[in-house]
Amino acid sequence: MTDSGTATDTGPSGGPSAPAGFDSDNAQAVTIRDSAREYLDRLRGGDMGSLPAILGLVFLFIVFSSLHDRFLTTYNMANLVIQSGSIIVLAMGIVFVLLLGEIDLSAGVAGGACATIIALMLIDYDWTWWAATLAGVAAGAVIGLMIGSLVAFLGIPSFVVTLAFFLALQAIPLKLIGSGGSLRFNNEVLRGLSIKNVPVTAGWIAAILIVVCYAALSLWSYRTLSAKGLVHRPLGLVIIRIVVLGAIVLGVTALLSANRAPNPALFNISGIPWVLPVVVVLLLFWTFILGRTRFGRHLYAVGGNAEAARRAGISVNRVKITGFIICSSMAALSGLLAASYTGKVSPGSGGGNELLYAVGAAVIGGTSLFGGRGRAIDAVIGGLVIATIPNGLGLLNQASYINFLVTGGVLLLAASVDAISRRRRSSAGV
Amino acid sequence: MVQPLLELRGVNKSFGVVHVLHDVDFAVYPGQVTALVGDNGAGKSTLVKIIAGIYGRDSGEYFFDGNKVEVHGPRDVAHLGVEVVYQDLALCDNLDIVQNMFLGREEKKRIGLDEITMESRARETLASLSVRTVKSVRQSVASLSGGQRQTVAIAKAVLWNSKVVLLDEPTAALGVAQTRQVLDLVRRLADRGLGVVLISHNMGDVFEVADRITALYLGRVAADVPAKDVNHSQIVELITAGRSGDLGISENPATASV
Repeated sequence: MTDSGTATDTGPSGGPSAPAGFDSDNAQAVTIRDSAREYLDRLRGGDMGSLPAILGLVFLFIVFSSLHDRFLTTYNMANLVIQSGSIIVLAMGIVFVLLLGEIDLSAGVAGGACATIIALMLIDYDWTWWAATLAGVAAGAVIGLMIGSLVAFLGIPSFVVTLAFFLALQAIPLKLIGSGGSLRFNNEVLRGLSIKNVPVTAGWIAAILIVVCYAALSLWSYRTLSAKGLVHRPLGLVIIRIVVLGAIVLGVTALLSANRAPNPALFNISGIPWVLPVVVVLLLFWTFILGRTRFGRHLYAVGGNAEAARRAGISVNRVKITGFIICSSMAALSGLLAASYTGKVSPGSGGGNELLYAVGAAVIGGTSLFGGRGRAIDAVIGGLVIATIPNGLGLLNQASYINFLVTGGVLLLAASVDAISRRRRSSAGV
Repeated sequence: MVQPLLELRGVNKSFGVVHVLHDVDFAVYPGQVTALVGDNGAGKSTLVKIIAGIYGRDSGEYFFDGNKVEVHGPRDVAHLGVEVVYQDLALCDNLDIVQNMFLGREEKKRIGLDEITMESRARETLASLSVRTVKSVRQSVASLSGGQRQTVAIAKAVLWNSKVVLLDEPTAALGVAQTRQVLDLVRRLADRGLGVVLISHNMGDVFEVADRITALYLGRVAADVPAKDVNHSQIVELITAGRSGDLGISENPATASV
């Protein structure tokens, strides 16, 4: 392999003759140029991160906007945000089991089953929206606990356990709703997640707050790290990241705050759809858990080398079970968002493409199918790519078989990128 | 003679009908490298795992710093200050050096992990071991060479102010320069007053750094001698036959038990 030859050359050389002194590693990546080179080295070494997903998103936007003039309208962009919500949330849950090197095939139908429970609590028992939601998430957690326990204690491959749950869980909505029926999902708050918008002023305040907090936190961490002589990003890169994040957050807010009604003279539809803040809060929460807590660290460790984790005193089984619980609980929230979007729950909810879309989203976003690599943001970027495909094809009035073909192709492409990256990583040792 | 830091007396261990260790006595002294040698199946790994608390003992006593202690698992042993660096290293490739060194024992702040303390301490530890070949403490372990990985694994064990470090075949997969690097490190650990146990098949390595040699033969201690009192061929005889001249097991257990 010619690739591995060049890649090995970029790797560090071992032995006492290694030129870079350990003492001088403070000097590492002090300039933006160094950081850029380091990033390129990582790419060449097979650590692609979210780059394929971002390129894919740009590609899809160019193709669809050139084929259909209404694709880039603010109305359709808001639609895209709402449509991607349930995929993103499900994918965020899937990231946790993928990090463990496991898979959860039942997450889609678990979402459907939990949405059924939420709908029943709302309709038959008159529960308030948050109590019903909690009941749904609790049901998801129980499902995750069962799957996780079977995987961890009995050692059944997660593929088989969750395939069994995929079949069995479809019984729940069928029994509770009855075949051919469906439950209305018209709770003002929960249905409003998809059809109502955040007041424009509140949206702007939240957006500005996010950017200011991010800027303050990054600059503060830059100061502390550089003062203590620890490894840190160069100031230029920190500022670039703040500017890019600010541009994205404020740009999206501006886009969604404009009146996007197809007939602006008659109606006023403006403001961020409530789905978006839900996704953002989940993203921030899980990013913190994965990057800044012991549990998150242990999750990566178990996915990277379960034996090493066990020897380090980590309870591998507990970490695995918690991962499955998080996945199924997030599936419940995803089922809720899907029900909120369609306004009903039927026995088939969650049994269709949802799961493969979510796995595709996570993998396209840069989460590895082999465990140990992935972030919550991967689900967001990948989820947008996946949601853009049916959105754009729908505008083009394509038959749904095209949709299946394209989505399947994209999933396969993402998995290939993942597998190739992994091979290059192991040969380049990055 | 100084008191052993860690001592096992009369340890027996069976797996089902297989009697793996027979009345094994083993001692580790502060500031010394004790080499544990023996052929495949002699019981080295079992003994290490008993010291590490992974396996229980059928009989026998466990002393630490002269006091009899009860160990029920790896955590008890780690709490005593005994760390084991396994042959297959037990590092996570997807984590960086700092994350690996603190794995399972991360420092916490009020909210979240205390990365600043962890990175500073990892840096201090590596510097105190005179490790100068690592480019950055934030590079992922996958990008390290075999010798560097071994160094990180050893530094991880030293980080916890441990008193005894067991190294299982630390040089088995390394090249010449890297072996040199690791053996220097082993010597430095002992010079800092730690009790070091080196499990190795390589007699060159053993004679280079070891102060004492304990040879196992078919689950029995064939000899426990200062390294300077024996030579290369005597140790090889002890490993392969269980005795060498007046050293070793008086009666060959392999033939005696038949």
